[in-house]
Amino acid sequence: MAATQGTIQPGAVSLGGGSRRRELGRWLFILPVVLLNLVVIVGPAFFGVYIAFTDWSGVGSMNFVGLENFGRLLQDQVFWKALRNNLVWTAIFLVVPIVLGLLGAYMLTGIRRGQMFMRVAFFVPYVLPSVVTTHIWRYLMHPRVGLGQWLSDNFGIDFLDKAWLGSRDTALYGIAFMDNWHFWGFPLVLLLAAMSAVDVELYEVARLDGASRFQQFRHVTLPSIRPTLVFLLLMIAIWSALVFDYIFLTTGGGPANASEVMGTHLYTTAFERFQTGYAATIGLVMVLWVALVVGGFVYLRKRGWEI
Amino acid sequence: MAGVKTRTSDSQERSWNLSSLPNYVVLIILVVFALVPLYQLGINSFKTRAQIGLDPFGLPEEWLVSNFTEAWERGKYATTLPNSVILTAATIFFVLIFAGMAGFALARLRLRGADYISFYFLVGTAVPPQFYMVPLFILWRTLGMINTFHGLIIIYVAQFSPFSTYLLRSYMVSIPQEFVDAARIDGASNWQVFHKVIMPLSWPGFLTAGLVVGLGVWNEFLFAQTFLPRPEFKTIVTSLYAFQQRDGREWGLTNAGSVIMITPVIILFLALQRRFIEGLTQGGLKA
Repeated sequence: MAATQGTIQPGAVSLGGGSRRRELGRWLFILPVVLLNLVVIVGPAFFGVYIAFTDWSGVGSMNFVGLENFGRLLQDQVFWKALRNNLVWTAIFLVVPIVLGLLGAYMLTGIRRGQMFMRVAFFVPYVLPSVVTTHIWRYLMHPRVGLGQWLSDNFGIDFLDKAWLGSRDTALYGIAFMDNWHFWGFPLVLLLAAMSAVDVELYEVARLDGASRFQQFRHVTLPSIRPTLVFLLLMIAIWSALVFDYIFLTTGGGPANASEVMGTHLYTTAFERFQTGYAATIGLVMVLWVALVVGGFVYLRKRGWEI
Repeated sequence: MAGVKTRTSDSQERSWNLSSLPNYVVLIILVVFALVPLYQLGINSFKTRAQIGLDPFGLPEEWLVSNFTEAWERGKYATTLPNSVILTAATIFFVLIFAGMAGFALARLRLRGADYISFYFLVGTAVPPQFYMVPLFILWRTLGMINTFHGLIIIYVAQFSPFSTYLLRSYMVSIPQEFVDAARIDGASNWQVFHKVIMPLSWPGFLTAGLVVGLGVWNEFLFAQTFLPRPEFKTIVTSLYAFQQRDGREWGLTNAGSVIMITPVIILFLALQRRFIEGLTQGGLKA
C-alpha cells in the first residue's frame, strides 16, 4: 500500500548479491501471521466452498452432489425467512444507530461542560459482552418483571407491557433494539471525531448567510463527515449479514423461526442437525452477500462517487 | 489539526449561554437511555428476588453481598475466570508479537508484494466467521484440538492479527526514519531494529492493540461456545450463559454473575478510555 510505493525503488537498486536471502529474511517477519490466517481462515474457507457441494454430515463419506444443496436452499422456508430477517436487520441498523449517533454527536459538539463524561457514558454499552447485554434486556423486556410491567403497575402505562421476545411479531425488533443499545455509541464516537474536525469557519459563513441550526447541519456538517458516514454504512451492511450472538442468546431464532437469521440457521444446521454440507451452502450465501456489499462499494467508488 | 479551529473549541470560547440548553435536554435523555439499563443491572445484583419483583428500580432494602458469593459458586467462576484469563493473556501475547512483526515488515521493510499481503488480510477478515467455522471445527476435531486452550488461542490469534497488524503498522510508519538509520549504522539486524528501536517507540500502538484484542477475547461467545464445550474449559462468557439458562428467574444471582465479569472491563475502560475508543473505532471491530 502507501508505505511500499515510496520505498520499493531505493531498495531494489541497492540490493546486491545476497538480495534473495535478505528478501527471505524479511518475509520471515510476516510469515507467522500469514500461516495462521491460512490454517484458520483461508484454508477452511476454501474447504467450505467444496463442502457446500457435498452431502457431508461432518463424519464418514462425503459425496459430491452438485447443486443439490442450492436447490434445497430455494425450497427452504426457514432460509428465506432468515434472509428476509437479515434484510430487515440491515435496514434497521443502517438507520437507527446512525440517526442516534448523528443526533448525539451533533448535540455534543454544541456543548462545553460534560462532553467527555457523556461520550464515555454513550460508549460504555459498546464494551459489554453480548451475553451481558442480552441478559440486561431480557430482564427489562420480560413480560412479568421488566420495565413494561413496572410502568404498567406504577403509572398505568400499558403499551410496553408485552412479551416482546415471545411474540412472533416483535421478537426480531426486540432483539434489534437490544443490539442497538449496545452498538449506537460506536457510530456516535466516530461521527463526533469527524464533526470535531470540521473547519469552524464554514459554520460562521453559514450563520452569516442566516442558516438555521438544522440548515447548518444539513449543508455544512453532513457533507463534511461523508467519508466517515459511508465507512459506517459499509461496515454495518457487512455486520448485519453476520449477526449471530444477539439472536442466539435471546430467542435462538424463535418463536417458530420468527427471528431466524442466516447465522443462527447455519449454526443449528451444522451443530444440531449435523448437516455440514448444507450449512456450508448457507455460509456461502453469507459470503456472497458480503462480497456483493464490498463489490458494490468498490464499483461506486470507481464510478467516481467520492466515498 | 493544527491551525484549524474546531467546533468544540469555538463553543468553548463562548461563555455558557441558554442556546445550548436544548442540547443538554437531548443529551441527558440519551445518557439515561445508555446508563439506566446498567444501573438496573448493578442495583438488582444486590437485591433479593422478592424485592426485584416489587421494586426493580429502587435501591436495595439491604445490600445482599451473598448474591455475589452464590453467583461465584453457581457460575463456577473459580474455574472459568482462570480459563478466560489464560485465553486472553495468551492471545494478547502472541497477537502482539506476530502482528508487531508483520506490521514492522509492512511499514519498514521493503517487501515485494506487500500489496498482495494487505489484500490477503483484507479478504481474510471479510470472510464470515460462521462460514469457515464449520470446516475449521472439523479440522480441529481431526487434530484433537477441540476442548484445548491452545486450539482456541490459535484461532483467536489468527482472527485478531490482521486488525492489529494494520493498527501497529500505522504507528510504526510514523516513527522517524533517523532512529532506524542510526541503528542500521551501528550494524543492527532487522530483528534488532524491530525489538530495540521500533517496539519501544510504538508502545502506545501495542497498548491500544492489546486492549482491543483483550476485550474481544474476554467477551467472545461463538467460538468459545463451539470449540470449548466441556464444563471444565468453559470461559466466563459461556459459563455465564449456561448459568443464565439454568437459573433464568434468579435475576439477583445472574445479575451478580454479570457484574463480576464486566467489572474488570468497565474499570479498565474508564481508566484508559481514550485508547479503547481509538483502538475500537480504528479497527472496525464489532465487539
